[in-house]
Amino acid sequence: MAPKSNVANALKKNTMLIALFAVMILFQIMITTSGRGSLFAPANISNLINQNSYVVILATGMLLCILTGGNIDLSVGSIVAVVGAVAGTLIVNMHMNIYLAIVFCLLSGIAIGAWQGFWIAYVRIPPFIVTLAGMLLWRGVALLILNGLTISPFPSNYLQYFTSFIPGGEVDSSTVFTVTMVVGILASLIFVILRIIDRKKKQAKQYEVEPLVFMVAKSVIIPVVVLTMSFLLGKHKGIPVVLVLAAIVVFVYSFYTSRTVPGRHLYAFGGNEKAAKLSGIDTNRVLFSVYLNMGFLSAVAALVCVARFNSAAPTAGQNYELDAIGSCFIGGASAYGGIGTVGGAVIGAIFMGVLNNGMSILGIDSNWQKAVKGLVLLIAVVFDVVSKKQVKSH
Amino acid sequence: MSKTLLEMRDITKVFPGVIALSHVNLDITEGEIHALVGENGAGKSTLMNVLSGIYQFGTYEGDIIYDGKVCEFHRIRDSESQGISIIHQELALVPYLSIGENMFLGNEIAKHTLIDWDKTYAKADELLKMVGLKESSRTLIKDISVGKQQLVEIAKALSKNVRLLILDEPTASLNETDSRKLLDLLLGFKRNGMTSIIISHKINEVSYVSDRITILRDGAVIKTLEKNNGGSFSEDEIIKSMVGRSLTDRFPKREPHIGEVCFETKHWTAFHPIYQGRKICDDINITIRRGEVVGISGLMGAGRTEFAMSVFGKSYGTNISGSLFLNGKEVVLNSVKDAIEHHLAYVTEDRKGNGLILSNPIRENTTLSKLEKVSSHEVLDTDLEQKYAVEYTEKLSTKCSSVSQLVSNLSGGNQQKILLSKWMFADPDVLILDEPTRGIDVGAKYEIYCIINGLVAEGKSVLMISSEMPEILGMCDRIYVMNEGKIVGEFPRETASQEAIMFAIMKSGKGE
Repeated sequence: MAPKSNVANALKKNTMLIALFAVMILFQIMITTSGRGSLFAPANISNLINQNSYVVILATGMLLCILTGGNIDLSVGSIVAVVGAVAGTLIVNMHMNIYLAIVFCLLSGIAIGAWQGFWIAYVRIPPFIVTLAGMLLWRGVALLILNGLTISPFPSNYLQYFTSFIPGGEVDSSTVFTVTMVVGILASLIFVILRIIDRKKKQAKQYEVEPLVFMVAKSVIIPVVVLTMSFLLGKHKGIPVVLVLAAIVVFVYSFYTSRTVPGRHLYAFGGNEKAAKLSGIDTNRVLFSVYLNMGFLSAVAALVCVARFNSAAPTAGQNYELDAIGSCFIGGASAYGGIGTVGGAVIGAIFMGVLNNGMSILGIDSNWQKAVKGLVLLIAVVFDVVSKKQVKSH
Repeated sequence: MSKTLLEMRDITKVFPGVIALSHVNLDITEGEIHALVGENGAGKSTLMNVLSGIYQFGTYEGDIIYDGKVCEFHRIRDSESQGISIIHQELALVPYLSIGENMFLGNEIAKHTLIDWDKTYAKADELLKMVGLKESSRTLIKDISVGKQQLVEIAKALSKNVRLLILDEPTASLNETDSRKLLDLLLGFKRNGMTSIIISHKINEVSYVSDRITILRDGAVIKTLEKNNGGSFSEDEIIKSMVGRSLTDRFPKREPHIGEVCFETKHWTAFHPIYQGRKICDDINITIRRGEVVGISGLMGAGRTEFAMSVFGKSYGTNISGSLFLNGKEVVLNSVKDAIEHHLAYVTEDRKGNGLILSNPIRENTTLSKLEKVSSHEVLDTDLEQKYAVEYTEKLSTKCSSVSQLVSNLSGGNQQKILLSKWMFADPDVLILDEPTRGIDVGAKYEIYCIINGLVAEGKSVLMISSEMPEILGMCDRIYVMNEGKIVGEFPRETASQEAIMFAIMKSGKGE
């Protein structure tokens, strides 16, 4: 193995990450030269996280759907609305216990997912049709529950779980900064130590290890990013709770897809359903669980959304499915299934988020923003397809 | 003596690693029915694909002289415009369009893109009458039987003013009466001066219908037979010419160590999943002993794959009945998972379609059917997985840059080795290998044979399904012959021969 091709491979694997950095720097230059502040202003970073955490959560679920063969879920926006409506009714109107209400909302999301998963996996109705029907059905149900009205405001004991910052309460800015930095440093340290332990373990068992350069590069770049983030967040109000929530979701699902047996089944199913079946995989159950899970994560996103807008509206969640789908494809998922990572989908979601945020700061007309987003989605996928074709022709 | 319509001169066609046709000469007299016979892979279909322009001019060597002119066909349309029409084994009809629509597909009767439906259907009905079909041309293709679909294909060819009609195994999926009807139709066309080439496995049909028979073997013409004095062909001569190949040491030697029976089916019967009442396996009783390589020989469509898959956790067929005994105990395997847990493995004939996840690396393909071995509590140990994958690529000497390489980037022979590793990793006692050397070169074949020998030396048993007779004869301790869903013969290694197997198949075919 030549080291040169190794580096080239590593770059190729991370093209979207590099593109993300390039876009961030481009916006930063444009924003500072036009005197509109900075993309990396502490308040803006915090804002960026709050604006996009639900997209990250939905994109994670959507990725699993797409992995099963390019199947998408069109109903997530409507599920967000209907679960939001349930939350509003239970918490605001009925004054139910917060924890009980949250459990109830998550269960209703799972029930909706099971309903759709049943038709898709066991009756084999195309997902496009089932979720299109779901999109209309759940929007209608949301309107019915809310009677077309918006419920607000939510009690603060609910909001604190989704919109507050760590450390919370009445603390001065220096304490906020210290706590945030300590968390950042700890996270970085844990990351580097885990890396080293893993490498040592592999060496002890004489397994193949990645080149030392990569290991060092990762152990430098990731902590630098984490520390920069915590520095910026520390300058503002601290770590947003939704960041922690989204991070947990991303971590769990990343582990699930890459390191567990059901996760592996997912990739096998998407890569070649017949082969998966002949390898003893219960393909129906795989498909069912994916849509069940999408319902669950839609409910999680719904809880985040009602807190962020401090209201449950029948129109909530419109076009969220499109953001989630776009994130996955920008993040390198294959429209034919079997290829894609949770990490990629997260990068795609951040990419879209930065695009929105950057254009808003620059004061670009919202109609133009939509057009640009559409083009970016197309270019990202074209780029992905074309670059893969070139590899094959060699 | 009538004139020669077509002459194919010195045709050579090479696929990567395989010589499919080597200096083939064929001449067809105007107004005759000429049969092409030969084993699977003898080059019959390849020759016809060269003729019809599917393999375009320039991808082969040699000349095609048609109607006195040297022709260069770059696509099917070129040969069709000359009146050459080919009907493939796999019918090319669109199920949800009507007979008439299908007949003029790509050749619509239209004025300025506007289709004249009245004329289309009138013309179609006329042609249907010529082939003896009473259906309306407005009937959908999906609503008529396969035999009738075959006739529609012929009517379609007639609509193109065909002079030379080529039929690739036209009776493969037809029953006796439909076959006879079709052959009589060809004889009728012949009286009207049409020339036909028919490719077939069925010797009795070929001798019934054809004027001359050309026998192909290993991509070369062995001989062209004329009718003898009695106006018929010698079937012995046909069969001998088809299979007369010498078995040199293309197969590694093995000392058989055969133990007790470890796999047995009794009265195994299964039905086609779509066509109700069609038996794909009919009362199959076979046994396999420990350390034994057992072969199932037969023609394509004999039901061998279907049998294997129905045994392997009922992954094919419906209404499966009969019993399966593993190591003397009766077991019921309701899913592939059950089958794997009972140490059964089925290595598919279609490695790309049914076997491998091409978009995944070697590592993940190797472990897929037995992930329990590399995981605890559903969490994978990717390091251990890596170790196993490396171990198997070394054991089978698979050529790859690393086990992280995607399977889609490997050659056919190496993909086959990955498929074998995948099932060896699942720790089976009995491996069913379905066409284990299909589409791979001679060197890789030899390696696969060595792997098979290694497996039985470890005390495992192998059931090998193969359409290549030399392979079956060279590798197996015992051979079953299957035809039309039934076991029609069983030969121990000592008495098995290509002639004996062919006769078993032919005899059973005639008996129906």
